[in-house]
Amino acid sequence: MSIKGKAYIAGIYEHPTRLAKDLSLAQIHAEVAKEALEDAGLTKDDVDGYFCAGDAPGLGPMSMVEYMGLRPRHVDSTDTGGSSYVLHVGHAAEAIAAGKCKVALITLAGRPRAEGMATGTVPRSRGGTPTPDEPFEFPYGPTVVNMYAMCAMRHMYEFGTTAEQLAWIKVAASHHAQHNPHALLREVVTVEDVVNSPMISDPLRRLDCCVITDGGGAIVVVAPEIARSLKRPKVKLLGASEFIKTQMGGKVDLTYSGARFTGQAAFAEAGVKPSDMKYVSIYDSFTITVLMQLEDLGFAEKGKGGRLVADGNLISGVGKLPFNTDGGGLCSNHPGNRGGLTKVLEAVRQLRGEAHPAVQVKNCDFALAHGTGGSLGLRHGSATVILGRE
Amino acid sequence: MADTKERKLPAPSISAETQAYWDAAAKGKLLVRKCTSCGEAHHYPRTICPFCFSDKTEWIEASGKGTIYSYSVMRRAPVPYAMAYVTLAEGPRMVTNIVDCDFDKLRCELPVRLVFRPTDGGPPLPMFTPA
Ligand SMILES: [Zn+2]
Repeated sequence: MSIKGKAYIAGIYEHPTRLAKDLSLAQIHAEVAKEALEDAGLTKDDVDGYFCAGDAPGLGPMSMVEYMGLRPRHVDSTDTGGSSYVLHVGHAAEAIAAGKCKVALITLAGRPRAEGMATGTVPRSRGGTPTPDEPFEFPYGPTVVNMYAMCAMRHMYEFGTTAEQLAWIKVAASHHAQHNPHALLREVVTVEDVVNSPMISDPLRRLDCCVITDGGGAIVVVAPEIARSLKRPKVKLLGASEFIKTQMGGKVDLTYSGARFTGQAAFAEAGVKPSDMKYVSIYDSFTITVLMQLEDLGFAEKGKGGRLVADGNLISGVGKLPFNTDGGGLCSNHPGNRGGLTKVLEAVRQLRGEAHPAVQVKNCDFALAHGTGGSLGLRHGSATVILGRE
Repeated sequence: MADTKERKLPAPSISAETQAYWDAAAKGKLLVRKCTSCGEAHHYPRTICPFCFSDKTEWIEASGKGTIYSYSVMRRAPVPYAMAYVTLAEGPRMVTNIVDCDFDKLRCELPVRLVFRPTDGGPPLPMFTPA
């Protein structure tokens, strides 16, 4: 069984806030759910499937189903970090195809800024029963940024990737963010700005890193007969895949991500290839994340991603592969340190023709959204969806 | 930039499964778990081999020799430190730190040797320094 054509994305919403001091976590989940359902033309009582991840308060579905007054007959709280919501789109389509629900709601919310969290530079122990890896990692000081930095360091060593090539990824994101009134960073930056920004963890500098923001978003995935009854442009799910990449018992290889497997599987299911994509949403916790995923998804040969991303090739209207036209996590929004959901949102806007006119891709009929959650350098969950306009 | 100031290192949490590893560390030895069914060594140590799922695994003592697979100097920390993966001569790559070194002279594939650093109330951590 394939999910191809068995589900549609009917509603989306991205919370405009980037600093949510006066909102509770549950409240943000509910606000984005309400707006995404209104975008679709559906109501709370139509929802019979609910999806959330580790950002939801308490035991996820139980707390949020009660808070929002839902009555789902299917729930899923699979947590693969920031990629969870891309994975949830695939799982929602599976549940719809199996007849387990018809209107699936996916929500995300987070308040790391309001809570004063040191997101990227402080090692974090999860508390409770330690994970089996923790004694062999946590005492050494792994942080979000230094583990991604080690991927960049090895990529540079093996393939000659340069800091300037990585910088182009931030430059492209900033060109897009200038048109997004909600983006945290709207200033256009240059390659020089990026490579001269303060070093955080070699070789990644401050402008190689994504923003830290509060906020959230929601997606409504529906059965084909529901999509046909609604007034919004139809965005069809064509392929979906997920993978967990680990240290493989000590055979760790930092030069590739799980996207190597999810891209291949999602493209095969969709019956399309990378060159058919008019727009791509690529998880952008750091510049290196984008470069490695683009290679792994098949947009460049392994090791040649640097050439693909350089010279404005990712800028909409300028280059051949427009990416993250909302400004992405690098400039606009990374709600709750989990950027997967917003990747799906901008892909849907592009396919609907509802992106900002300055960045809207012409005749956008196929788009891809990809997420990486956890740590690229330790263990991560990858998820890819391929979407088409109908 | 040299590694001169001392970092306070948290003690690792120890389980029955990994007690022997930390007991050996206290004696200045690095243990690696090796499978006698498939012959592969792995890290971090488990009783069941992650390659062939055999339960016939045993401890071996590592030579303490290795090379840096990748590294990153965390500049935005109260005391900057070098995070690394080291490829052990026995095969597995392990998360560790590179200490007693000039951070600016580190590079991938640099040969390193085993040293230990004390933790806050626990067994010492195996780390590496340029050989
Ligand atoms: Zn084995």
